[in-house]
Amino acid sequence: MKKKDINEIEKQMKLANEGLPEKERALFSDARPSSVAPLNKYLEGFLNWARSRSMWMLAFGTGCGATELRPLMTSRFDMSRFGIAPRPTPRQAAIFVVGGYASIKTIKRIVRSYEEMQGPKYVIALGSCTINGGMYYDSYYTINRLDYYIPVDIYIAGCMPRPEALIAGFNRLKEKIRAGECEGMNKYTDNFDWYKKNQKQIIKDWNMPDYNW
Amino acid sequence: MNIWIKILYAIISISVATIYGLILGGFVRKIYARAHGRFGPPIWQPFLDIIQTHGRRVAISHGVMYYLGPVFRLGGGLGTYLFIPVIYGSVVFANFSMAGDLLLVMYFIFFGQLGMALGAGQGGHPYSPLGIARGLAQMSAFEVPFSLAVIAVAIQYQSLNITTIVAAQQGSILNWTLFTNPFAVIAAMISLLGMNMHSPFSIVLAPQEIPIGPPIEMNGSFLGILQTNRGLFAAAKLVLFMNLFFGGATNLLIMVIKTFFIYLVSVIVGASFPRFRPEQSFRFFLKWPTIIGIIGIIFVAYF
Repeated sequence: MKKKDINEIEKQMKLANEGLPEKERALFSDARPSSVAPLNKYLEGFLNWARSRSMWMLAFGTGCGATELRPLMTSRFDMSRFGIAPRPTPRQAAIFVVGGYASIKTIKRIVRSYEEMQGPKYVIALGSCTINGGMYYDSYYTINRLDYYIPVDIYIAGCMPRPEALIAGFNRLKEKIRAGECEGMNKYTDNFDWYKKNQKQIIKDWNMPDYNW
Repeated sequence: MNIWIKILYAIISISVATIYGLILGGFVRKIYARAHGRFGPPIWQPFLDIIQTHGRRVAISHGVMYYLGPVFRLGGGLGTYLFIPVIYGSVVFANFSMAGDLLLVMYFIFFGQLGMALGAGQGGHPYSPLGIARGLAQMSAFEVPFSLAVIAVAIQYQSLNITTIVAAQQGSILNWTLFTNPFAVIAAMISLLGMNMHSPFSIVLAPQEIPIGPPIEMNGSFLGILQTNRGLFAAAKLVLFMNLFFGGATNLLIMVIKTFFIYLVSVIVGASFPRFRPEQSFRFFLKWPTIIGIIGIIFVAYF
């Protein structure tokens, strides 16, 4: 292949960042995210064991679901005995808990926070609203299915799910992580264009880079 | 002594201190949980957290200083620990104690924070410099009573060598600085509350105010190094306080018991009080503990 062609392909591989003003584009990364293959069986098994025992969670309280996270954190239901700890920043968290319905304004922040998390990352979606829209199914400003926009590992149905249901969901996620079935991050990067298309279809004021590194 | 044997001893000593510091951290989390009426995480949770953070597949970096920040922090922790004799009379745990090591240790306690300030600053997140400003200001404040206590100890034992200071306290429990100069010990213990950064002085890593502060952008292995250092540094500080004020230790068991109870002071205060605001914290250190520290010096110089 000629060098010119390679340059052309590389140019196409880069993200356009069209949402940003021209003068700001140089300030942001235009690299595409790439998927990272798991390590060999035993090493990845060991890391998955540690990941399932130390689950750092970013609680994204979009709606009423956030109310159920408080009793989960405090003394009545005490999630810390399962090794689940809240982290205040997406950079350090591994589990993204979306707490209910997501309006279009919120889905923009959800995408941003999800992309800022460092892989492997897992998503738990709370409540019926994230599955099929729930009671907001015909709302003009609320999304119906969360997994059109970010890959979801565990859904916890209910309106609202009780903290016991949340613990059951976390335990199910734990089993899935141990079994090595949670490759949501690689799913996201492999189907990056599909996810971006869906996101851009509903987020009209896209004023951020195409991938938030 | 052969340099290789010394290196081997240092590795053993560092590993023991790090593991002990991390287990202590897990234990303290358990105590806090019980105080809240919870069960709390298992005591080996810090180890799992470290494996998990190192096991991340992606790690975002923000530049050279960002890389070096955690390295400086760990360097500060190692430097602090390696010049403190952990066990009096032991060859393995004597570390690199030498004449004037007390000054070097006090320098190293500050060094890690400065390195971290540079590293976290390059992360570019607005909460990082906010946390650093709070951290350095609080550090300057609690260094005052701590330095006064150290000066009192240096005057009392006519030495800046930690091994000599420990040796002078042997024999009887009444030879401990705690009993020979209680004012200096009170000032130093109050400054330890700030050093351990438990409530009410937990203004630097305040997840509810400035989401975690300086390490907000740290992820993956960067954070793993900082967590490892947290275990090592906690052990180093507690061993330093045990050596200066509580008669040192002649074996590992006594070291564990003494340092645990020294740490428990911070934990009891931390579990009982809510967080100060930054200016309250700075003013607090510059008022009563400083006065008590000055009394400690006067006490040891004239009585």
